[in-house]
Amino acid sequence: MSAIVQFENVGLRYGLDSETLSDVSFSLAGGGFYFLTGASGAGKTSLLKLLYLAQRPSRGVIRLFGEDVVTLPRKRLPGFRRRIGVVFQDFRLVPHLSAYDNIALPLRVSGMEEGEIDAPVVEMLNWVGLGDRGQARPATLSGGEQQRVAIARAVIGRPEILVADEPTGNVDADMARRLMTLFEALNRLGTTIVVATHDLPLIAQVSGAQMMRLDKGRLADPTGTLRYPPNSQGRA
Amino acid sequence: MATRVDRRAAAAARHRLLPGGRLAGPMPWIIAIMMFLTVLAAAAALGLGAAVRSMSADLAGRASVQVVEADGQARDLLAARTLRALRGADGVRAADPVDPAKLADQLRPWLGDAASSGDLPVPALIDVMLTPGDADAKLDRLRRLLGGLSPKLRIEPHAAFLLPLAGLLTALGWLAAGIVLLMILATGAVVVLAARGAHDSHRGTIDVLHLMGSTDVQIARLFQRRIGLDALMGGALGFSFAALVILLIGLRLSATGSDVVGAVSLDPRGWLLLAALPIFGVILATLTARWTVLRALGRAL
Repeated sequence: MSAIVQFENVGLRYGLDSETLSDVSFSLAGGGFYFLTGASGAGKTSLLKLLYLAQRPSRGVIRLFGEDVVTLPRKRLPGFRRRIGVVFQDFRLVPHLSAYDNIALPLRVSGMEEGEIDAPVVEMLNWVGLGDRGQARPATLSGGEQQRVAIARAVIGRPEILVADEPTGNVDADMARRLMTLFEALNRLGTTIVVATHDLPLIAQVSGAQMMRLDKGRLADPTGTLRYPPNSQGRA
Repeated sequence: MATRVDRRAAAAARHRLLPGGRLAGPMPWIIAIMMFLTVLAAAAALGLGAAVRSMSADLAGRASVQVVEADGQARDLLAARTLRALRGADGVRAADPVDPAKLADQLRPWLGDAASSGDLPVPALIDVMLTPGDADAKLDRLRRLLGGLSPKLRIEPHAAFLLPLAGLLTALGWLAAGIVLLMILATGAVVVLAARGAHDSHRGTIDVLHLMGSTDVQIARLFQRRIGLDALMGGALGFSFAALVILLIGLRLSATGSDVVGAVSLDPRGWLLLAALPIFGVILATLTARWTVLRALGRAL
C-alpha cells in the first residue's frame, strides 16, 4: 500500500523552548491501523496536531496524501483537513449545539444540502448508540456519550485518515473496548486510523495494528520502522 | 438544487452555530443610537444646504440702488432719472422705487420720528430685480451705467447683506456633514470591536470549524450575517426615531414664520438620502465585520 502520511526529520518547537519533537521520521500506509504511544509529555498530542494540520512543524517535511503540507498555502489547508477526521482528547464538542448538530457539522462545512444531512446523521447517531439522544446538549451527556458524539462527528464525513487523541482516556474498560470495535469497523472500510494512547492493553486488543512509540519527542525506534505490538506480531 | 425549506433549515443551522438572540447584546442598541445621531446630523446638513441654496436663489437676482443726495429736490430728480435708466437697461426685469413712508417706518426704531421729518438726508431707494442668470456680470454693467449717471448712486446686491448668514449656515452644514462622517467612522470602529469580541468569545467553535475544514470565508460569513442583522435592526430603529424627531422639528420650524428658518427644509430627495443611511450602515457593518474576522482568522493556521 502507498504511504498516505510521511514525516521526514520533523522538528517542532513552541516559541523559544527546546524542541517538543525532534527528527521524527515515519510513514503510514493507507488503510493501516496505527497506535502512537509514549509517556505523558512524550509529544504524542504535538505529533497528532501536525498530522491533523493544527500546527506547522519548525523543520522537516510532512507529506499528506502525497503533497508537502508544510509549504502548502494556507487557503489550501481546508481541503486537506476535510479528508482527516479528528477525535480530540477533550472532545471539543460545540457546547451550545445538540449532539445531532455537532455530528452534522462536518457535512455542513463541506457544503452538503440540508435535506441530505438528516439521514447520515441519524444513521451515525444510531451507530454510536445515541439514537434517542440527538437533541441533547453535550453538557447533559455522560463522558462516554460525549466521546461517542465526538467519534461520530469525526467519521461522518468518511475521512481518509482518522486521528484520535487518547480516545479511551475518559471511558471505562467496556466502553474503551466498544470504541476500538468502532475504529476497527471503520478501518475495514478503508480509513487509516491513528490512535494516540498509553493504554498498552488496549493496543494488544487490536490485531494487525502497528505501533509507534515516542520518547521525549523522538521516535523510540531510530530507524522509524513501525513495530507490531507483542501479541499481534506476525498477524498483519 | 436547494429548496426553500432547505435554505431555511441551513440558515437556522448557521444561526445555531453562533449563540445569542436578536437584540440580546448591546450591538443593535449602539447601532440604533449612532444611526439616530447620524440621521439627525445628515438631516441638519441637508436642511441647512437647502436653506443656503434657497436664500442664494432668492437674493442672487436682487439689488438696491441708493440715491445718496442730501438735497431733497435734487434727490427726487436723480431718483426719477435713475429709475428710467434702470428700466431701460439690459438684464433688468423690474425696477421699483421704495415708498419713502415705508422706508421711514423701517428706520423709525433707530431714528425715531426724525426718520419721517424730512430733516434727515435719508437716501432714496430703488429695488432692482434682474433677469435670471449671471447676476455678477449684470451688476457690473449696472454699476458702470449708474456711475455714468451720477457719482451719488450706489448699487448693493442683496446677496451681500445676507452673506454672513449664508456663510454661517454653510459652515453649520459642513459641520453637520463632518459629524455624519465621524459617526460613520465610529460605527465602523464599533463594528470592528464587536466583531473582534464575537470572534474571541467563539474561538473554541471557530477552532473546531477550522479543523473540520471550514474556510475563513465560511466562518466570516457567520459573523457578517449576525452583525449585518444587528445593524439592520439597530439602523431601522435609529432611523425611525430620527425621522420622527425631524418631522417634529420641521413642524416647529414652519411655525416660526421666519423666511430664513423656514428655508431649512428637506425635499423628497433629502428624505431618500436619509433613508439610504440605514442601508449604507448595514452594508458598512457587514463588510467591516467580514474584514475584521478574516483578518483575525488569517493570523491562525
